[in-house]
Amino acid sequence: MKGKWLDETFRAFAFFSTLIGILVLCLLLADVLKDGLPRLSWKFITSFPSRRAEEAGILPALVGSAMLLVLTALFAFPVGVAAGIYLEEYAPDNPFTRFIELNIANLAGVPSIIYGLLGLEIFVRAMRGITGGRSILSGALTMALLVLPVIIVSSREAIRAVPKSIREAGYALGATKWQVVRDQVLPVAMPGILTGTILALSRAIGESAPLITIGALTFIAFLPPLSLKALQSPFTVLPIQIFNWVSRPQEAFQANAAAAIIVLLLLLLSMNAAAIYLRNRFQQRLE
Amino acid sequence: MFRNQTLPPVDPLPEAYEPIVKIRNLSVWYGERQILGDINLDIPRNRITAIMGPSGCGKSTLIRCLNRMNDLIPGARIEGQVLFNDQNIYAPEVDVTELRRRIGMVFQKPNPFPKSIYENVAWGLRIRGFKGNLDEVVERALMQAALWDEVKDKLHTSALNLSGGQQQRLCIARALAVDPEVLLLDEPASALDPIATLKIEELLREISENYTIVIVTHNIQQAARISHYTAFIMWDENRIGRLVEWGPTRDIFTNPKNKCTEDYITGRFG
Ligand SMILES: Nc1ncnc2c1ncn2[C@@H]1O[C@H](COP(=O)(O)OP(=O)(O)O)[C@@H](O)[C@H]1O
Ligand SMILES: [Mg+2]
Repeated sequence: MKGKWLDETFRAFAFFSTLIGILVLCLLLADVLKDGLPRLSWKFITSFPSRRAEEAGILPALVGSAMLLVLTALFAFPVGVAAGIYLEEYAPDNPFTRFIELNIANLAGVPSIIYGLLGLEIFVRAMRGITGGRSILSGALTMALLVLPVIIVSSREAIRAVPKSIREAGYALGATKWQVVRDQVLPVAMPGILTGTILALSRAIGESAPLITIGALTFIAFLPPLSLKALQSPFTVLPIQIFNWVSRPQEAFQANAAAAIIVLLLLLLSMNAAAIYLRNRFQQRLE
Repeated sequence: MFRNQTLPPVDPLPEAYEPIVKIRNLSVWYGERQILGDINLDIPRNRITAIMGPSGCGKSTLIRCLNRMNDLIPGARIEGQVLFNDQNIYAPEVDVTELRRRIGMVFQKPNPFPKSIYENVAWGLRIRGFKGNLDEVVERALMQAALWDEVKDKLHTSALNLSGGQQQRLCIARALAVDPEVLLLDEPASALDPIATLKIEELLREISENYTIVIVTHNIQQAARISHYTAFIMWDENRIGRLVEWGPTRDIFTNPKNKCTEDYITGRFG
């Protein structure tokens, strides 16, 4: 009897907790939509920031976020997948490997600002000649470090989920390890790897602390040139732009911030939708 | 009861068979535990050899030693020799990938690649940089596996849409495509219905003219139906698998020399 009562109480408690979570989220969303939607327009998306709130837009921040996203993926994806393959398929089972595995798992939990400090020292200062200092390249390399542990871990999981029977089939035909991994394991694991990568990148898109640390600007009145020089140009990203507007006292800038938040949320939602789509395809394939 | 069944023809000169694989004093351990002890067995060329015995006695372990699939199991260790065309396959200079091409394997559960039917059969050749006509080889392999007529119109659809029996025949076709000399089958029909099983047995009889076949089964009737030679494995008092008896299938089934074999084939063994 007592057990049943406890059970019921806990159920009610859990239900209300969930309800509160959803309610708060809805309130936040409603608030943002109320303030931001009227401000949202094509002009808002294609304008540069300005001292006059009603003329200001998010173009450099949006371009910065997009470039950062692409560059981060370009650096982190090949390295992360290669590391995942190595650890899962090639690394010998010894204390050194276990030490590395443990540390990668730990790195995934390190506060992002630490990565910012690391990026500041290595990419902005030590590698200034290549990165151009406080540039989008430094930002992307820092972000790549930030998402790398998550990509490695999710690659390993996706690779491990590939049934052993598929590998056996490959080896029994006289294939080498690399042939089995390249032609049989990776194609099956790829949707899972991509899912993990997209989720890691969507975390990077929302980050601002490490980018502020390495010196991303808050006011950019130009787009990067259409050449390799673009990599070395200063930059800003959506979260920093939002942070900048929120900290202004004027009401109009608050509306700008809300509108920019909507854009950022849309970006995140579409990335998550892509991840879910890929995961579903992955599951179907294994059945 | 098996005495009335039609048994395969015995080799005219069973003493004069030509072994393609010779297993000599083979013992196998998984970690600390010994699984097989001192196995001596010949596999006659272009014949079907059935390996029979109760579940868990080490049949799979034994045939996985013949193409070194056990190398993939951490902690597996062997002693003794396996001679393939009189060369020890465990010698250091042996190229394991070439060995596995020449000694193919089909597993208990059908395990086609999650790719098209065509790609399943072609991959083993692709990875060797095969220069000839792939279409031809794929067709021939599927014919040999008695699958061609069922799939010739959907070669480029997913192999996972096939039925279990078709998948298993696809796995046989895949193994045959790389032109092996020996085909190892580990209970290939245990997951299939009787009709699919019969199909596979029939096709094995057919291809046995050109290939050496080793089939593991715990199904006594199956061993009697299709094999020319039968080996019977059973654990001893230490739970180590031992070869009890082997010889022409008809002799084993009509005139077993060992009491244990007789008990097993007459179903008196639990
Ligand atoms: N990878 C493994 N590691 C440890 N023990 C194993 C492994 N595979 C099989 N065994 C053990 O070896 C024995 C023989 O297994 P197996 O060769 O699969 O038997 P069978 O095929 O005759 O049913 C069983 O007791 C099983 O538990
Ligand atoms: Mg078995």
